[in-house]
Amino acid sequence: MFAKTLRRALSSVWGAVLLLSASTAIAGFGDTLNLREGVTATSKTVYGLHMLIFWICVVACAAVFAVLIYSLFAHRKSKGAVPATFHESTTVEVIWTTIPFLVLVGMAVPATKALLALEDTRDADMSILVTGYQWKWKYDYIDGAAEGISFFSNLDAKSNEMRQLGSGANPADHEHYLLDVDNRVVVPINKKIRFLITANDVIHSWWLPDLGWKQDAIPGFVNDGWTELTEPGVYRGKCAELCGKDHGFMPIVLEAMTEDDYNQWIADQKAGAAAAAASATQTWTLDDLVARGESVYNTNCVACHQANGQGIPGVFPAITGSAIATGDIGGHIDIVMNGKAGTAMQAFAGQLNDVDMAAVVTYQRNALGNSVGDMVQPSEIAALR
Amino acid sequence: MSTATTHDDHHHGAPSGIMRWITTTNHKDIGTLYLWFAFINLLIGGAMAMVIRAELFQPGMQVVDPNFFNMMTTMHGLIMIFGAVMPGFVGLANWQIPMMIGAPDMALPRMNNWSFWILPFAAIMLIAPMFTGGAFLDGQGPAFGWTMYAPLSLQYDKLSFFIFAVHMLGFSSIMGAINIIATILNMRAPGMTLMKMPLFVWTWFITAFLLIAVMPVLAGAVTMLLTDKYFGTSFFAAAGGGDPVMFQHVFWFFGHPEVYIMILPAFGVVSQIIPTFARKPLFGYSSMVYATASIAFLSFIVWAHHMFTVGMPVAGELYFMYATVMIAVPTAVKVFNWMATMWRGSMTFETPMLWAIAFVFLFSLGGFTGLMMGIAPADMQYHDTYFIVAHFHYVLVTGAVFSIIAAVYYWLPKWTGHMVNETHGKIHFWWSTISVNVLFFPQHFIGLAGMPRRIPDYSVQFADWNMVSSIGGFAFGLAQVYFLFVLIKTIKGGEKATDQVWEGAEGLEWTIPSPAPYHTFETAPTVK
Amino acid sequence: MSSSNGGYYLPQPSHWPIVGSIGMFLLLGGFGIFLGGGSAIGMYLGAVVLIIMLFGWFGTVINESVSGKYNDQVDMSFRWSMGWFIFSEVMFFAAFFGALFYARMWAVPWLGGAGNNVMTNELLWSGFDAAWPTNGPGEVGGPFEIMGAWGIPAINTLILLTSGVTLTWSHWGLKKNDRTQMILGLMATVALGVLFLGLQAYEYIHAYQDLNLKLTSGMYGSTFFLLTGFHGLHVTLGATMLLIILLRSMKGHFSEHNHFAFEAVAWYWHFVDVVWLGLFVFVYWLI
Ligand code: HEA
Ligand code: HEA
Ligand code: HEC
Ligand code: CUA
Ligand SMILES: [Cu+2]
Repeated sequence: MFAKTLRRALSSVWGAVLLLSASTAIAGFGDTLNLREGVTATSKTVYGLHMLIFWICVVACAAVFAVLIYSLFAHRKSKGAVPATFHESTTVEVIWTTIPFLVLVGMAVPATKALLALEDTRDADMSILVTGYQWKWKYDYIDGAAEGISFFSNLDAKSNEMRQLGSGANPADHEHYLLDVDNRVVVPINKKIRFLITANDVIHSWWLPDLGWKQDAIPGFVNDGWTELTEPGVYRGKCAELCGKDHGFMPIVLEAMTEDDYNQWIADQKAGAAAAAASATQTWTLDDLVARGESVYNTNCVACHQANGQGIPGVFPAITGSAIATGDIGGHIDIVMNGKAGTAMQAFAGQLNDVDMAAVVTYQRNALGNSVGDMVQPSEIAALR
Repeated sequence: MSTATTHDDHHHGAPSGIMRWITTTNHKDIGTLYLWFAFINLLIGGAMAMVIRAELFQPGMQVVDPNFFNMMTTMHGLIMIFGAVMPGFVGLANWQIPMMIGAPDMALPRMNNWSFWILPFAAIMLIAPMFTGGAFLDGQGPAFGWTMYAPLSLQYDKLSFFIFAVHMLGFSSIMGAINIIATILNMRAPGMTLMKMPLFVWTWFITAFLLIAVMPVLAGAVTMLLTDKYFGTSFFAAAGGGDPVMFQHVFWFFGHPEVYIMILPAFGVVSQIIPTFARKPLFGYSSMVYATASIAFLSFIVWAHHMFTVGMPVAGELYFMYATVMIAVPTAVKVFNWMATMWRGSMTFETPMLWAIAFVFLFSLGGFTGLMMGIAPADMQYHDTYFIVAHFHYVLVTGAVFSIIAAVYYWLPKWTGHMVNETHGKIHFWWSTISVNVLFFPQHFIGLAGMPRRIPDYSVQFADWNMVSSIGGFAFGLAQVYFLFVLIKTIKGGEKATDQVWEGAEGLEWTIPSPAPYHTFETAPTVK
Repeated sequence: MSSSNGGYYLPQPSHWPIVGSIGMFLLLGGFGIFLGGGSAIGMYLGAVVLIIMLFGWFGTVINESVSGKYNDQVDMSFRWSMGWFIFSEVMFFAAFFGALFYARMWAVPWLGGAGNNVMTNELLWSGFDAAWPTNGPGEVGGPFEIMGAWGIPAINTLILLTSGVTLTWSHWGLKKNDRTQMILGLMATVALGVLFLGLQAYEYIHAYQDLNLKLTSGMYGSTFFLLTGFHGLHVTLGATMLLIILLRSMKGHFSEHNHFAFEAVAWYWHFVDVVWLGLFVFVYWLI
C-alpha cells in the first residue's frame, strides 16, 4: 500500500518535471525523454528492468538528497547551530554498508534473468548475416527460403545529399532524415530470427532500439543476437560504434512483414538478381557504363573520394588525375577489386557485381575530369574473379 | 598560483625569469606549473567541446566536416583527461601533500620537475598532427575516440605521434606517482602516522598506486598498436590469430582504474572541505580510508562493463555486472560519511563549501546513472548513447572538475595570501552549477531516446534537447572564462588572508603563514 | 618512521629535466617521422641528447652521493622509488603476458569455433583448427617452426639464474667490505648478461633465417618477439647499469652503508631474471 502510494507520488513528481520541461519549449521535448519500450518481448523486459533500476536510483537519490538538504538548512551556523562532536560509529557504518548491498542484490536478480534470456540465440528459425562496412551494412540470408539473397544497405540518397556540409538543406524536410536506407533488411513476423553480426573493416555496432539490444560487429568474429517480431512495421536505428568519418551516417532499417508479403519479397529479390546476372553477360557501350558508373560511384565511393573526385588531401587521394585511375587499367581494376591493405581503401570485389565494378572503373577513367577513353566489360571482371 | 615572493638566502644565484620555472625543484613552483597547465588545457579542451556543441546545436551539418568533428571529440576527451583533470590533481598534490604531512618538499624534487616538463612536450606531440593536413586544421589528428579502439585507430597515418604522446604522458604520470608515494611513505613529520594523515593525502596515496599499476598497461596497449601498424604484428587482427576486442580488454584494464584516478583525489578534496565548513570532524575517518582502498581494489576487476556489447561469453557479462555494481557499496559509504559529517554541524557556505556540496549532489547523480549502466541487459540499450555521455560528464565535470575548482578556492588564500572575493566566487559557482545542468541533464533524455554518441549530425527528433544542451554548454564555457578573471584578480590582490584562513580549518597547512613561504617545514613539525 | 627531517637534501634548480624532455621529444618525434617514411636524423639527435642528459643527471647524483649529502632518509626515498618503478615495469610486461594468455585461452579457440563461436569458424574461417602456436587462420607470414625450449632458451635460463647468484655473491662481498669479491662478482654478472644477449641475438637470427619465425608470423610471432624483445631490451639496460656499477665499485664509490645504487641495480637485475622465468615457462616451454 505504502509502496504504491509512494510510487504514485513519485510518478507525479516525475510527471511534473516532464511537464515543466515540455512546457518550456516547442513540441518534441516530451517524446524524447525515456527509453523506448520497443516492440519485442526482449525490449519490453529491458524496458521494465530499466524502469525498475531507474526508480530504485530515484528513491535512493531522493533519500540521500533529502537528508543532505535537511541538514543544509537545519544545521547552519547562521541559525545558531552548534557543532556536535561525534565522528565515528561502527554500527552505522555497518548498516549503511549492508543496505546498499541488499538493494544491489535486488537489482541483480532480475538483471541476471533478463540477460540470460537476451543471450539465448538457440533454436532460431532463420539466420541473417549482417556485415558492417565503412559505412554501410550488408545483409546475407544464409538459410531458409531466402537463402542466397544478399545486398548492401546504404544511407538513402536524399539524406546523403542533405547531410553534406553546407548543403543548406533543412533536415525537417525529410521524414526520416539520417534514418533511411536504400535497401531495407526484411524479416517475417512470428519467427525467431538470429542475426549473425560481423564486420569487414573496423568495429561497428548493429542497433535497433525497438528490438532492445545492440551487438558489436567485430571484424574476424561473428557475434549473434536474436529477435522475434509480432507486428509488421518498419524499425529504425543507427550504427552505434565509432567507425570513422561517416559513423553517423550508416543507419539500419528493418522491415517486418507477414509471411505472405515476405515470400513475395523473396520472389522479387530473386527475379532482380536473375536480371542482373543476365546483364552481366551482355556487351556494354562506354556511355552506358559511364552512366551506370556514376550512380555506383555516388553510392560507394563519394564518401571518401568526394563527389568531384578530389578526395580529401592527406586522407583520401583524388581520383581526378590519379596515376592509378589514368594509368594501366589492370592496376586500376586491381585496387578497386582488392583494395589496399592497411588503408581505408577496401576490397570492393565482394561488394559490387560485375556490371557495377566495370561501370565504376570505366566511370572513374572517363569522368571526374579524367578522359582515358578505355573501358572494361563486365565479362572481363567476371573472368578476374 | 603564488608569485612566491619569499626567496630565502641559500637561493641566491638561483635562476630567475622563465628559467626559474623551467629549472625549479620546488614543490610549490611545480604545483603552480601543473595547475596552470591544467587550466590552459581546460580552455583548449573546452574550446573543442564548444565546436562539438556548435555542430550539434541543430540537425544538419553546419560548422565542421565529420572527420573534423570526430577529431574534436577525440581530442576533447584526451585533453580533458590527460591535460586538464590529471595534471590538475597532480598540481594540488604537489602544493598540498608536503604541507599537509609536514615535509620540506617532495621526496625527489628533480624528478618532480621532469614529471611536469614532459607534459608540454607530450601535449605538442598529441596536438601537432592536427595541423598537418593539406589545409589549416585539415585533420590528420586522432579521430578515433579517446578510447583509440583497434582497428579504427590503425587506419590513421599519423598514429605513431599519438602513441608516443601517450607514452610520454604515461612516463610523466608514473614518475609523478612514484614521487608521491615516496613522499608519503618517507617524508611524514614525526607523529604523523598513516591513520592520522589528512584524507586528501590518503586518497592521493591510493591514486598513485593505481597510476603506477595501470599507466604501464596503457603503454603496453599502445605499443601493440604501434607494432600492429608499423611492424606487421597481428595482435588485433583475427587473420593472424589476434582479436580486436583484446585491445579493449587491455585498454579498459587501464581505463576503468583511470576514471577512479580522476575521482579518488576529488573524494579527498571534499573530505577536507566539508569538515572545515561544518566545523565538525570528518565522520568515519577510518571507514573512509577503507572505502577508498576498496574502490581502488574493485576498480581492477570491473573493466569489461565498458564492453557488454562486444559479444563476451554470458558468464563474463554476469561477472562483470556483479562486480561493477559492488562499487556502489564503498562509494555509498563515502557519501553517507559526508552526509553524517554535515549532520549536526555548524555550517557556513563560503565558496569552496558550495562547490563541495554541489559535488556531493551531482557526483551522486552521475554515480547512479553509472550504476544503471552496470546492469548489463539495460546497458545493451544505453551503451554508446548520450546517456553514457551524460553519466561521465556528471562524474567528471561536476565531480572531478568541480572538486578541483573547490580545492582551488579552498587553498588559494594559502597559496597567494589573498582571500577570494566571495561575491565573485559565488557568481562563478551559481553560474556554473546552473548551466552545467542545462548542459548535461538533457543528454540523459536524448541518450535514452536513442541518440548515439560520437555523431556529428542527428535525426530531427533530438533537435530540441540538443539545442538546450548547447546553450547550457556555451554558458558553462563562459563561466570558466569568468573563473580565469577571478583567479587573476585574487592573485593580484585582495583581502589579506590569515594563517588559518578558514575558521574551522585544521591541519598542518593552516599553521604556516599565508602565503606559504617558498620553503616550509625545513625542520619537521611534531604531530601529536 | 623518520626521526628527523633536518638534513633532507633538497637539490638546487636543475636544467637536466628539461634537457631530458627535449631529448625524449626529439627521439620519439624523430622516430614518428622515420616511421612515416621521413628521415631518422631527429631520432639520433634525440638519443644523443638523452644520453648526455643521463650522464649529466646521474653524474650530479653520484657527486652529491659521494660528497655525503644524502642522509638515510634520502636513501629511503630512493629505495621506495626504485621499488615502485620496478612494479611499474612488472605491469608493463603484464600487458603483454595478458595478450598472450588472452590469445591462447580465448581468441584462438574462438576462431576455431569454441564456445558460442561456431559461426565465427564456419562463416569466416572454415577449416581452421585452433591450436597453439599459430599464425592464425590467415596463416599470416607463412608456415613457421617454433623455437624449442630445451636448446638455447634453457641454456639462457641457466645463464640468468647463475648471474643472479654471482650478483648476490658480489653483494655479500660489498656487505662484508670485500672489494675483490664484489668486483669479481659484478664482472661475472656483466659477462653472463652479455653472453645471454649474444645467445638471444643468435637465436633471433636462427628464427628469421631457418624457422621463418618472424615478428610478422601472426599471433605467435607477435607475442614471441614482443615479449622476448622487451625482455632483451631490459637485459641490455640492466647490463649497462651493472657495468656502470662495476666502474663505480672500482672507483670505490660504495661502502657497506652507502650503496643504494648497487642494490637498485641488483633489484632490477633480479626482476629481469624473474620475467625471463615467466617467459621461459609460457613462451618457450608450455606450448
Ligand atoms: C570520474 C569518473 C567516473 C566515475 C567515478 C565513474 C563511476 C562509475 N561508473 Fe562510469 N564512466 C566514466 C567515468 C566514471 N565513472 C567514463 C569516462 C565512462 C565512459 C568511457 C567511454 O566510453 O568513453 C564511463 C562509463 C561507464 C560504463 C560503461 C557504459 C557503456 O559504455 O556502456 C559503466 C557501466 O557499468 C559505468 C559504471 C560506473 C559505475 C557503476 C560507477 C560507480 O563508481 C558509481 C558509484 C556511485 C554511486 C552509486 C552514487 C553514490 C552512492 C550513494 C548515494 C549511495 C546509495 C547507493 C545505493 C543504494 C546503491 N561507467
Ligand atoms: C574531465 C573530462 C571532461 C570535461 C571537463 C568535459 C567537459 C565538457 N564536455 Fe566532454 N568529454 C569527455 C571528458 C570531458 N568533457 C570525454 C572523455 C569524452 C568522450 C570522448 C570520446 O568520445 O572519445 C567527452 C565527450 C563529449 C561530448 C560527446 C561528443 C561525441 O560523442 O561526439 C560532448 C558533447 O556535448 C561533450 C561536451 C562537453 C562540454 C560542453 C564540456 C564543458 O564542460 C567544457 C567547458 C569548458 C570550456 C568551454 C572552456 C572555457 C571557455 C573557453 C575556452 C572560451 C570559449 C567559450 C565559448 C565560445 C563559450 N564532451
Ligand atoms: C572508406 C574510404 C574509401 C572508399 C569508400 C573508397 N575508397 Fe578508394 N581509396 C581510399 C583510400 C584511403 C585510398 C588510398 C590508398 C593508398 O594509400 O594507396 C584509395 C585509393 C583509391 C584509388 C587509387 C587512387 C590513387 O591514385 O592512389 C582508386 C582508383 C580508388 N580508391 C577507387 C575507389 C572506388 C572505385 C571506390 C568505390 C567503389 C572507392 N575507391 C571507395 C579510400 C576509399
Ligand atoms: Cu559503423 Cu559506426
Ligand atoms: Cu568503468
